[in-house]
Amino acid sequence: MLQGWIQIAIFFAALVAIVPLLGGYMARVFSGQPVLLERVLGPVERLIYAAIRVKPDRGQDWKAYARSVVLFSIASFVGLYAIMRLQGSLPWNPEGFKAPPWDLSFNTTASFVTNTNWQYYGGETTMSYFTQMVGLAVQNFVSAAVGIAVVIAVIRGIVSRSGTSLGNFWQDLTRATLYVLLPIAFVAALVLVSQGVIQNFSSYSDVTGVVGSVQHFAFGPVASQEAIKELGTNGGGFFNVNSAMPFENSNGLTNFLEMLLVLSIPAALTFTYGRMVGNRRQGWALFAAMSVMFIAAVAVVYTAESNPTPAMTAAGVNAQTTDGTTGGNLLDKEQRFGIANSALFNAVTTVTSCGAVNSAMESFTGIGGAVPMANMGTSEVIFGGVGSGLYGMLLFVILAVFIGGLMVGRTPEYLGKKIEAREIKLATLGALYMPFAVLIATGLGIATEYGKKSLYSGGPQGFSETLYAYMSQGNNNGSAFAGYTGFIQPEAGNAGSFGITFADLLGGGTMIFVRFVPILIVLAIAGSLAGKKVAPTGLGTLRTDSPTFVVLLIGIVVLIGALTFFPALLLGPVVQGLTQELF
Amino acid sequence: MNPRRSASVFSPEILRPAVGASFAKLDPRVQLGNPVMFIVEVGALLTSIIWIVQAAGGSTGSNDPAWFTLTVAVWLWLTVVFANLAEALAEGRGKAQADTLRSMRTDTVATLRDGTTKPAGELAPGDVVVIEAGEFIPGDGTVIEGIASVDESAITGESAPVIREAGGDRSAVTGGTRVLSDHIVVEITQEPGKTFLDRMIALVEGAERRKTPNEIALGILLAGMTLVFLIVVVSLRPFALFSGTDVSTTTLIALLIALIPTTIGALLSAIGIAGMDRLVRRNVLALSGRAVEASGDVDVLLLDKTGTITLGNREATAFLPMPGVGESELAEAAQLASLADETPEGRSIVVLAKQYGLREHEFAPQSAEFVPFTAQTRMSGVNINGDQLRKGAGDAIIDWIESEGGSAPPELRRELDEISSEGGTPLAVARNNKVLGVIYLRDIIKDGMTERFDQLRQMGIRTVMITGDNRLTAAKIAKESGVDDFLAEATPEAKLALIKQEQSEGRLVAMTGDGTNDAPALAQADVGVAMNTGTQAAREAGNMVDLDSNPTKLIEIVEVGKQLLITRGALTTFSIANDIAKYFAILPAIFAATYAVSGSTSGPLDKLNLMNLGSPNSAIISAIIFNALVIPLLVPIALRGVTYRPIGATALLRRNMLIYGLGGIIAPFIGIKLIDLIIHNLLGA
Repeated sequence: MLQGWIQIAIFFAALVAIVPLLGGYMARVFSGQPVLLERVLGPVERLIYAAIRVKPDRGQDWKAYARSVVLFSIASFVGLYAIMRLQGSLPWNPEGFKAPPWDLSFNTTASFVTNTNWQYYGGETTMSYFTQMVGLAVQNFVSAAVGIAVVIAVIRGIVSRSGTSLGNFWQDLTRATLYVLLPIAFVAALVLVSQGVIQNFSSYSDVTGVVGSVQHFAFGPVASQEAIKELGTNGGGFFNVNSAMPFENSNGLTNFLEMLLVLSIPAALTFTYGRMVGNRRQGWALFAAMSVMFIAAVAVVYTAESNPTPAMTAAGVNAQTTDGTTGGNLLDKEQRFGIANSALFNAVTTVTSCGAVNSAMESFTGIGGAVPMANMGTSEVIFGGVGSGLYGMLLFVILAVFIGGLMVGRTPEYLGKKIEAREIKLATLGALYMPFAVLIATGLGIATEYGKKSLYSGGPQGFSETLYAYMSQGNNNGSAFAGYTGFIQPEAGNAGSFGITFADLLGGGTMIFVRFVPILIVLAIAGSLAGKKVAPTGLGTLRTDSPTFVVLLIGIVVLIGALTFFPALLLGPVVQGLTQELF
Repeated sequence: MNPRRSASVFSPEILRPAVGASFAKLDPRVQLGNPVMFIVEVGALLTSIIWIVQAAGGSTGSNDPAWFTLTVAVWLWLTVVFANLAEALAEGRGKAQADTLRSMRTDTVATLRDGTTKPAGELAPGDVVVIEAGEFIPGDGTVIEGIASVDESAITGESAPVIREAGGDRSAVTGGTRVLSDHIVVEITQEPGKTFLDRMIALVEGAERRKTPNEIALGILLAGMTLVFLIVVVSLRPFALFSGTDVSTTTLIALLIALIPTTIGALLSAIGIAGMDRLVRRNVLALSGRAVEASGDVDVLLLDKTGTITLGNREATAFLPMPGVGESELAEAAQLASLADETPEGRSIVVLAKQYGLREHEFAPQSAEFVPFTAQTRMSGVNINGDQLRKGAGDAIIDWIESEGGSAPPELRRELDEISSEGGTPLAVARNNKVLGVIYLRDIIKDGMTERFDQLRQMGIRTVMITGDNRLTAAKIAKESGVDDFLAEATPEAKLALIKQEQSEGRLVAMTGDGTNDAPALAQADVGVAMNTGTQAAREAGNMVDLDSNPTKLIEIVEVGKQLLITRGALTTFSIANDIAKYFAILPAIFAATYAVSGSTSGPLDKLNLMNLGSPNSAIISAIIFNALVIPLLVPIALRGVTYRPIGATALLRRNMLIYGLGGIIAPFIGIKLIDLIIHNLLGA
């Protein structure tokens, strides 16, 4: 196990190292300071503004900003839905796939526009190269850029000394895409290709395997989509088995790089935040709070997966570490990653809203499977999605500031701005909407006849499958536990396939709800904070960059998350972790 | 009368009516104002109905024994009653006091200046009334003629009479107080029903109590959390059914009530009322709850030098004679010149002179002609036995000497400058055209002020001394007392400008004041404490009135404000932290048999029964009982307030997180286990 811990430590050290670099760079990009890439991409940027007729310097108040976000997302939705429904008539379709059914298309469109990347389908059997590249991968970029734009707008609201402007959405969207996502994804894709990740437009081909059976191999422009899939915390795999597939994630190095890509922007944004509010310690405090919870999550999954469960012991499975075996639970994990890097990948992609997988979560131990659910149960604020993780965390910060401020005897204020009834009302809504969506969707999924159609298993496993499906969609994560489906496909290519309408619509609706409600909430808070006077800090002011506050913040995140989902987790993964039976 | 200093929370005269009130408040219309407790009451009602159906032999679709449902119902009702009791207790003290005040509001008949009479209740602003010794003052007003000693114990609780006189800063009189000697003419300034006494009654009774902004914000958070737990509990039913477990409605209600923040929900309004009450007991009337909250946020405290930082008055501490003049000669002249000087400074000169063996001079009044102090001459004195004795500000005496044909010795100028530079106030004494010497008047800084200022600094509050002294003197005293900053040669305009300046930089300012010229500043300050001895204008402008007229009271007011917020925060944290233990009590009880192997009654989740509670029913009941009992147990903390320590915000946060956060996690584990031991092992539940 020691070797595993060392690998995890090296990974975390690498993350800490890139946070100030990338974070500082993003602060420059969004504060209008010159960046080197402008020399190359500046004309492209100006061309985009001219094409969409936007004056990038014109500031928007929170309502105008929110309107632009919604407008852009609606346009994205319509475009992506059209691509899917017209798939049969569009190019780059070597296998001649027909259009996916309308309900699956709805779910998938909602999923990619909301940066969720929940997939009821297998990429290589459902989507053409065109759909993957022009449809899904483009959304991978812009949905991530929307998240970044919103959090930058929120930061501007917190910092603003006067006025109402949160910046210009179109400018933020463009700069996030051009200067942050594209260049990093481009370089990362090249590195992935160098390690064996494929990038081509070849037709699928038949290969005879070593045991003599013929296998139909799928190809495609994978590396370009893989890079942004991780960087934008999207997670939607080109292939059905996602990052467990060697064409997506070929070796230990690509695995390491992909995990780093996933965490880089959400983690670095904390530094960007510190820079933009003029106090780096504020950013590091948020990074610390997120890191503590992240490391705890990794430790629990890794420990759980390295040891036998009571059921394994009762069944007489030998899970002890002996010469030549790692022991623990290797079921459905890739040998080239092992337990440590499967556990780490699992934690990385569920604390963030990435949702990529390199091993089958359904085959994790009960407790190992509880951790990703608990991670999502915090509303995805342990680093979280690009942008969305930080603005989600800021909602918890407001609650922590409120309770902490009371405990030191001052009307709560954050970075000098008074937190009053309006902010608390919005932040409370921000703590409410997600459990509301997830618990109700899970309840409908589990209790109705329509919902049960999607279920593969019964008992605690079936419960976990449903809970996981709606926790994942209800947090814009997209990670799949497997076993819960919204799409029946008798054979590749969508002929004769049909969606399970109930699951597709419920999930799609949930994803849209949990994406845009918090965006509206945080923008409204930013708008409300933007106009407020800044009170100077004194000895009596609650410091939000102290270890004590970090502990309080963690407490609030864990208490609100854990308290809400504790009963549900008991009935699924915890039962699995404690029982000696096999369900 | 002095109820505000005596009544204890649990004294029978407050407890008895409070118990009655706590049942009267079960009216759902009352509970609607508090969403958390409203949900508890609805839960209590539902479980009661279920029990009635069970008792009547009807089917409720669950296997709960009737005694279980009844027990849950009873304890849910008790939870609401305890919450009401907390509020009634907090209100009780105010009510008792209001009754006493009301009895003071006698229906006197006022005599108008033209000799006609009018009942006090019909007086209008502008009426001029005459009040003789022994009569009650019929309404709030300003003395326009005369001087009288007035017994204000009815409102201040202070038995020593105070002087009220026309003009100046002591002209306000309060209806319901009694003139003890002399007679005064008062112009009525308030309509009946809106007098100070009426406002005070309304205030201590809490009749005008409105939720403060912070209370509203916390209320929203608590309502939100209640809603979250409602969803959790509602969704638990299908989850459980899927897992093969039927959870009864009674159990679900019990779980819901255990999880929602009932502790803070029950005590929230009591905390607010008690905060106001704590101020009242310190003889401060806050005219709004908002002002009390704001006082906890104060960043800058403006303190008048005189009376706050220094003892009310300067004292003569030394006689410094000019060359060729004896010290006792100077002392005698100074004493004679000060005999008619009734100011405290003048008296202190007479007292100091006594140390030179000088008795008060006996002389026939007609042989002495006193020269009173005027603002123009800035000196006073006496013409006696052909000598002209004068005492006054240095340059005034020098001018006078020169006009009398004399000249001031160079030593005088040096002495005057030296005393000023030391922060003292020099007075020169002259006989005819000769300067005799200088009297050294010194500000005496009150004991313990330096510690007070240190404490305030720790609280994050900057103190600014306001004084009419020149910069040099002000700087000396500021340094000596440890105050952070000072405003010298302060005029009302300068004071107002300073407040506005601080506020524009985002700071909250508190100040005290008494004079009419303080009124604009008092109104501008976020927390303006008017002295009760002050003018009517000052009392109208401030948002608090200090009945003791003690300017250092501001420090206590700030502490009460902070305490109020801390108590809310601490009990909220405690309330939320409690939920962990309640989950561990109730959920393993509900799911004890879920997914059990056939033939066994204990499934995998039974292992989470960490407290080893006796039975599922006793576990649920124990959690509910704990949830109810913790309310009366915390009533003393809610009413007294969590102690505020000026140790810096982060240290304070750490401390309160440990006590109320960590304590809130651990305490219910112990409490629920103890209750379970009693009801399971002793009562067999």
